[in-house]
Amino acid sequence: MDFKLSEEHAASQRLFHEFAQKEIAPYAAFYDESAQFPRENINKLAAQGFMGVPVPEEWGGAGADFLTYIIFIEEISRACASTGVILAVHTSVGTFPVLYFGSEEQKQKYVRKLASGEYIGAYALTETGSGSDAASLCTSARREGDDYVLNGSKVFISNGGHADVYTVFATVDRNLGSRGITAFLADRDTPGFSIGAIEKKMGLNADITTELIFTDCRLPASQRLGQEGEGFRIAMSLLDGGRIGIAAQGLGIAQAALDEALRYTKQREQFGEPVFNFQAVSFKLANMATRIEAARLLVYQAAFLKTNSLPCSKQASMAKMYATDTAMYVTTEAVQLLGGNGYTRRYPVERLMRDAKVTQIYEGTNQIQRLVIARALQKGF
Amino acid sequence: MNFQLSPEHEMIRKMVREFAEKEVAPTAAERDEKEHFDRNIFNKMGEIGLTGIPWEEQYGGAGSDFLAYAIAVEELSRVCASMGVTLSAHISLCSWPIWKYGTEEQKQKYLTRLAEGSALGGFGLTEPNAGSDAARMLTTATLEGDYYTLNGSKIFISNGEGEIFVVFAMTDKSKGVKGISAFIVDSSFPGFSIGGHEKKMGIRAASTCELLFADCKVPKENLLGKEGEGFKIAMTTLDGGRGGIAAQATGIAQGAFEAALNYSQGREQFGQPIFNFQAVSFMLADMATKIEAARLLTYQAAWTEGQGMPYGKASAMAKLFASDTAMEVTTNAVQVFGGYGYSREYPVERMMRDAKITQIYEGTNEIHRLVIARYLK
Repeated sequence: MDFKLSEEHAASQRLFHEFAQKEIAPYAAFYDESAQFPRENINKLAAQGFMGVPVPEEWGGAGADFLTYIIFIEEISRACASTGVILAVHTSVGTFPVLYFGSEEQKQKYVRKLASGEYIGAYALTETGSGSDAASLCTSARREGDDYVLNGSKVFISNGGHADVYTVFATVDRNLGSRGITAFLADRDTPGFSIGAIEKKMGLNADITTELIFTDCRLPASQRLGQEGEGFRIAMSLLDGGRIGIAAQGLGIAQAALDEALRYTKQREQFGEPVFNFQAVSFKLANMATRIEAARLLVYQAAFLKTNSLPCSKQASMAKMYATDTAMYVTTEAVQLLGGNGYTRRYPVERLMRDAKVTQIYEGTNQIQRLVIARALQKGF
Repeated sequence: MNFQLSPEHEMIRKMVREFAEKEVAPTAAERDEKEHFDRNIFNKMGEIGLTGIPWEEQYGGAGSDFLAYAIAVEELSRVCASMGVTLSAHISLCSWPIWKYGTEEQKQKYLTRLAEGSALGGFGLTEPNAGSDAARMLTTATLEGDYYTLNGSKIFISNGEGEIFVVFAMTDKSKGVKGISAFIVDSSFPGFSIGGHEKKMGIRAASTCELLFADCKVPKENLLGKEGEGFKIAMTTLDGGRGGIAAQATGIAQGAFEAALNYSQGREQFGQPIFNFQAVSFMLADMATKIEAARLLTYQAAWTEGQGMPYGKASAMAKLFASDTAMEVTTNAVQVFGGYGYSREYPVERMMRDAKITQIYEGTNEIHRLVIARYLK
């Protein structure tokens, strides 16, 4: 065991932190208030080569390992949670599907562009009738000669409208249950594929979330990802990485909230002294810091296992559940510590609290995470 | 002991619930989205007698009690926390100190307008550097002939767009806390204006403003109580005000819980209503239990005040518990709704944003723990 980040990882962390604080953080409030896709942030990230941090160099990525990517998501999220999730979705479930399951042609067509940021990726699994019960999805893919015709709709899709390519899950035969689910790569301008309404959300407002509508959308078989009926397995295999990514996002949000709460309580004076001096305040901060420390260790442990190709499903679920529950707890306490000021939009903590909530819900609700962990316990690992 | 509401109280609950469902609920989401305080709704509350529930009829009140008032705030908050706090601040923070400490002339002149709802009332205590440490205020009041001249500013003032305010200012800096005095300020007095509207996380349909006093001339008859009595007036006012917030928090929690319960019974995943999963039903069971306890603490505080008994500890406990409950219940309600809970098309995320402030204003929950601890000592 070694609890010190390697020189390389530490250097990456410093690099990401400085970049994020300088180029991303100052605009977070603006993007939240205006609910705009942070195109400027994406341009800056692309210019740094950060749109494909874990993508192999042969495909135009930075070739970093998974732990480095996780540290990256944490630091970006610490500056702007919306930008953090845009990147996590773009990479973990927007790029990896093609990278790991794509044919040579598909990889040539998409990976380089995704890694450079020329293309933005997205992932379309959820429907109005299938959230936690993803396998019960209804969007159909009817085989017609060399094509598939897709009909149905998806909901809550991050990067909706801004992504260039979407990994879409549809069923070739509902009677087969999860074994009928097939993955496809849909370009944004495919006829029959349209972007629906933009979701108005509690937070993460710069993460543009939309409905996707497929009306006799024709995709050639060359756009099918993997085999017919392989879709659910593809989705499941992406889960571990996706969960650790969201765990890192939650961690970043929590850290940002702690940073602000510490800063504020050390300088805000009431009753003749900084409020930090009151045990009610300092003990809260102590609790927050401890929870974040534990969350970080869980997240890095999961990332370490994945980096080393060791089994990590239980640890990934633990990290996701714990780090996002921590984010909710820490941000709620941070608003409290900033008092009336914390409740106004002039300070960042209420935004952090609004952003934190969804991290307990998406990428598998924390109830589903507990199910996964419980099953692992039941099986003895 | 009797845990049943009287027929009169049941009737008030029914009446306010119907009013809330008909006149307040349909526009709650839109008013939140637009950050719009709808004065018309407040006026309608006046028309049905809500704006002066606890005061005697001779002052235009309904001649009812604090328990009825708590029920009214709870029922309003169940559909719209913004209108709940509007009524609470109006009655507990503005009307009560005038009722308790005002001269007969002051009551006739101001309490009646407040009770009838023709004037909206607020409470000007907080300043940028005087939050929990309210005594550290900088706003001054200098007696010059027949007027006090007020200079300074107040922030985070609920009902800032109203007409009548109980404002606290320093009449004698050398006396510290005992140098603070209370004044009844009419928004029409020269030198009074409102500054910006606060951009908030929640209760966005409630009016929250800065109050600015620039050589504001307040007639000396508008001194409330005696010079130097201001801090005592403020603290005793907050003692009762916290009961109103306890009722608001209870209402918010109730609204969120009902929505979550309803949703969980209709939403199916894995072939059954998600209510069937213990993770969900147990969450709802915990929510229901805490709301029950919060309500009982809130009603106990209101009843205690109505009985004329000391109610400081009861109201502090009620506010502390009910607001913590509201925060927990609304956060879990969003969770029960899953992805939809995060959408502004459903009401629970608004309730979660609304709940947070109940742990902060009218005395942070940390101050409340201080207050309760003092009673324990």
